[in-house]
Amino acid sequence: MEKVLMKGNEAIAEAAIMAGCRHFFGYPITPQTEVAAYMSKRLPQVGGVYLQAESEIASINMVLGASSAGVRVLTSSSSPGISLMSEGLSYIAGCDLPAVLVNIQRGGPGLGGIQPSQADYYQATRSSGHGDFRILVLAPNSVQEMADLTMKAFDLADKHRMPAMILGDGILGQMMEPIVLSAPEEQKPAEKPWAATGTGGTRKKNIINSLYLQPDQLERKNLERYERYKAISESEAMYEEHLMDDADVVLVAYGATSRICKNAISMARSKGIKAGLIRPVTLWPFPEKALANASCRAKSFVCVEMSMGQMIDDVKLAVKCSKPVYFCGRTGGMVHSPEEILKKIEDANGGVINEHCI
Amino acid sequence: MSIVFDRPKALSDVPTHYCPGCTHGIIHRLVAEAMDELDIAGRTVGIAPVGCAVMAYDYFECDMIEAAHGRAPAVATGVKRAKPESIVFTYQGDGDLAAIGCAETVHAAARGENITIIFVNNAIYGMTGGQMAPTTLPGQITQTTPYGRDVVSAGYPIRVCELLSTLEGASFIQRVAADSVKNVREAKKAIKKAFQVQLESRGFSLVEVLSSCPTNWGLTPSQALDWIRASMIPYYPLGVFKDKSAKSKGE
Repeated sequence: MEKVLMKGNEAIAEAAIMAGCRHFFGYPITPQTEVAAYMSKRLPQVGGVYLQAESEIASINMVLGASSAGVRVLTSSSSPGISLMSEGLSYIAGCDLPAVLVNIQRGGPGLGGIQPSQADYYQATRSSGHGDFRILVLAPNSVQEMADLTMKAFDLADKHRMPAMILGDGILGQMMEPIVLSAPEEQKPAEKPWAATGTGGTRKKNIINSLYLQPDQLERKNLERYERYKAISESEAMYEEHLMDDADVVLVAYGATSRICKNAISMARSKGIKAGLIRPVTLWPFPEKALANASCRAKSFVCVEMSMGQMIDDVKLAVKCSKPVYFCGRTGGMVHSPEEILKKIEDANGGVINEHCI
Repeated sequence: MSIVFDRPKALSDVPTHYCPGCTHGIIHRLVAEAMDELDIAGRTVGIAPVGCAVMAYDYFECDMIEAAHGRAPAVATGVKRAKPESIVFTYQGDGDLAAIGCAETVHAAARGENITIIFVNNAIYGMTGGQMAPTTLPGQITQTTPYGRDVVSAGYPIRVCELLSTLEGASFIQRVAADSVKNVREAKKAIKKAFQVQLESRGFSLVEVLSSCPTNWGLTPSQALDWIRASMIPYYPLGVFKDKSAKSKGE
């Protein structure tokens, strides 16, 4: 297959079109604006609709409307914009609607900065909006995966009738790599008999709604939804293992950070330290079984994040505090050097206990 | 015997939750009659607001979506852009449309979004128990303006039709009232015309209906209708504020 050189943000956009998405609603924000720019050029060429909304609040509600009408729809933003979308995300989840959104994270809190970050992990996996709900979170670590996981996100969102987020960062969004764009196999678009497209006078009306004033009804709805989440946790978790067969020190990292970890692991191995990597590809569901299995033989874990330590909570939960979990973080838009990760690997291998250990 | 008066087919055969004397019921009926007469219920998608009409999805016999507070025009935009052949309307109150949803309303109008908005203005937040709305009149007493709306601190009411009619994208903007038989008949014509504007792909249409809230105004139903005439209509004059089709026909 032919390789093309693409920016991460553009790969997401083209992949969405290949997945059958013909509707994009968004609002400009650095460092993800290329998604919108690409869509504004490409969608009219394929009979689609690009619309620049007045805000992220409007974007996500346009997504809710288009999804209610049964089409595949995308929006894209970066950290502060995703905060504005949290209201709409909660409604989309409460209405059991599929939708795909992209967060190319930048440093925070507040206006923060425009350099890469992974500080929205909590927001993506814990608190995307008010109420009891989950969203699928996919974390690519290459431009190729930006494309592949975007296509997968549409399928997963339709299959489970819930929002799916591509959680990238400013490095992945902005960097260029050669990729192969392979269209998904021709498949029948998901049937959506629940969609609000007009009754045609032939069926009862469809109502898309998240309001349940009777508490017992609302509880039942939430219990049903969490039953589905439980099944998803068991079936949809994805991860990559790197040099894990004999690893004493297990690095855990996702996204761009995982690639720096691989360099650090090579350096560690050349020094005789058996280091390996578990890279969660889905952040929700979190691949906790892979980590639990690794905890049987590993000596220690090092969680590497461009944040003050967010995914580390999931790592600790997954290994059930059976082994020390070290933390190696940069924040505010700063990116790790392989050397500083190596230093942490050496600490973890030598059993030096620091304040991040359990 | 022939039937001379019946429930419109587009109005569901269920009791509503509205208070006695509230004119929401009349306005619902007018929207349903317009859908019946234009024979569009089968391809209509309605968007319910947050506020007294939050459960409007139970009252219209067409596909319905319940939006977040103020976001109905954005949701309607999403539906219409996804299915341009559908007829899309929102049904929103004054807090929903002119306070929290002001941006969504103004920009849907500015884009000339081919949707219809039924805007019910009763100068108060009804569902939450009678707080000041963006359309509460100067001096009007509400739960959160217990000494009357003081424009020095609480600011002035927004005249939505006047505001939106300055936008190029707005195609048809009319204010009507639900206070009397004559005005209700006028309201019906306006609502039907708004749907026709959408059917002809002429762009954004909005009908503002001055409505009563006897419960939160602390008036009897008939006193409330009097208050629309005595207090609201002088501040919110009735009439057509924008009609691009009339303009093009006149030229």
